[in-house]
Amino acid sequence: MYAFEYHRAADVADAVAELKRVTESKPLAGGMTLLPTCKMRLAAPSELVDLGAIAALKGIAVADAHVTIGAMTRHADVAASQELRAALPALCDLAAGIGDPQVRNRGTMGGSVANDDPAADYPSACLALAAIIVTDRREIAADDYFQGLFQTALEEDEIITAIRFPRPVCAAYEKFKNPASRYATVGVFVARFDDGVRVAVTGAGADGVFRASEIEQALSADFSPEAAAAITISPDAIASDMHGSAEYRAHLIPILAARAVEACK
Amino acid sequence: MAQVTLTINGQAITADVEPRTLLVTFLREHLQLTGTHVGCDTTQCGACTILFNGDAVKSCTMLLVQADGGEVMTIEGVATGEKLHPVQEAFHVYHGLQCGFCTPGMVMRALDLLAKHPQPSEEEIRHQMEGNLCRCTGYHNIVAAVQAASGQTPVGH
Repeated sequence: MYAFEYHRAADVADAVAELKRVTESKPLAGGMTLLPTCKMRLAAPSELVDLGAIAALKGIAVADAHVTIGAMTRHADVAASQELRAALPALCDLAAGIGDPQVRNRGTMGGSVANDDPAADYPSACLALAAIIVTDRREIAADDYFQGLFQTALEEDEIITAIRFPRPVCAAYEKFKNPASRYATVGVFVARFDDGVRVAVTGAGADGVFRASEIEQALSADFSPEAAAAITISPDAIASDMHGSAEYRAHLIPILAARAVEACK
Repeated sequence: MAQVTLTINGQAITADVEPRTLLVTFLREHLQLTGTHVGCDTTQCGACTILFNGDAVKSCTMLLVQADGGEVMTIEGVATGEKLHPVQEAFHVYHGLQCGFCTPGMVMRALDLLAKHPQPSEEEIRHQMEGNLCRCTGYHNIVAAVQAASGQTPVGH
């Protein structure tokens, strides 16, 4: 790693002020992506602004219409929350499948959503559930937030403080995971609401997480595994790499959507 | 430089370090606690697993400054004097190792696992231990050792 300065932020305002003050500084959440990136010398921040000591960024609050999860809440805490499991079990199940236990003990929801890795799990949940990304200065709808590979609507010095998820009728996430990294080769999150079904796909899009509108229409008309499985996804906008061709990933999307419908709870 | 105060294996430690100092570097090179191993150095193999505030984490992917105010336990802090911890004893009895390189990380991960899941099934053990790689592929006896440490009779023994 290249050398950097370190600032332990006392609160969100302090963190934002420090990010504004220091050129090339970066916020540090759980560090599960940023620290390996620094170790590989692919990133060289001048200063890390550690959000780890800000208690206000941690916690899970369940209300009638939505659940709100603090940005620094760890995957392990999301996976283990009985209160959340009663309200939105799909999110607990998703969190329980991120990386491995040690990664889940450090990695945070806000860190994952801010990084927007095209194979990360949480972006699909945010998009399918029509989540609101709450930052230090505004609220951003998930449909406007994700803008491409590692690209989001966040400004350089903007910090996610929480993510608010509307509670669906039912939801489920199905991941075909890379067995080594446990990132999604393809992951499909299905969320059924009273006024329709939203389906988001991670791991597959050439431009990152996206909504599978054909599957959404089919499931909004007929919420059955067969309806999802009958859809054909074009490989045109699908990513291709050593782990799977675009055709292979496109083929997996309706299959995983059908499994998610079956698992919906 | 940054000042850090934390507890390591029950002992209070204060140090001035470069902010980029990894927790594992501090343990191995500053404190000579070389039981914590570095395998892949990329958050994958789990050889560097330690307990931070009771949770298993990979110390190659954590800065020492992030551990400020916390409690760290390494493999050196697990036994009581000469008396092995039951998890260590089970790895010994069931020969849950071949070359032994991954063993400290396996033991630390198993401690966290058993604290949160006192009676894990074989399937749960395999899922919960998947962040630790054994280069000798000696998983069978590792799983047996974790089952035995939980007071269950390992499958096939």
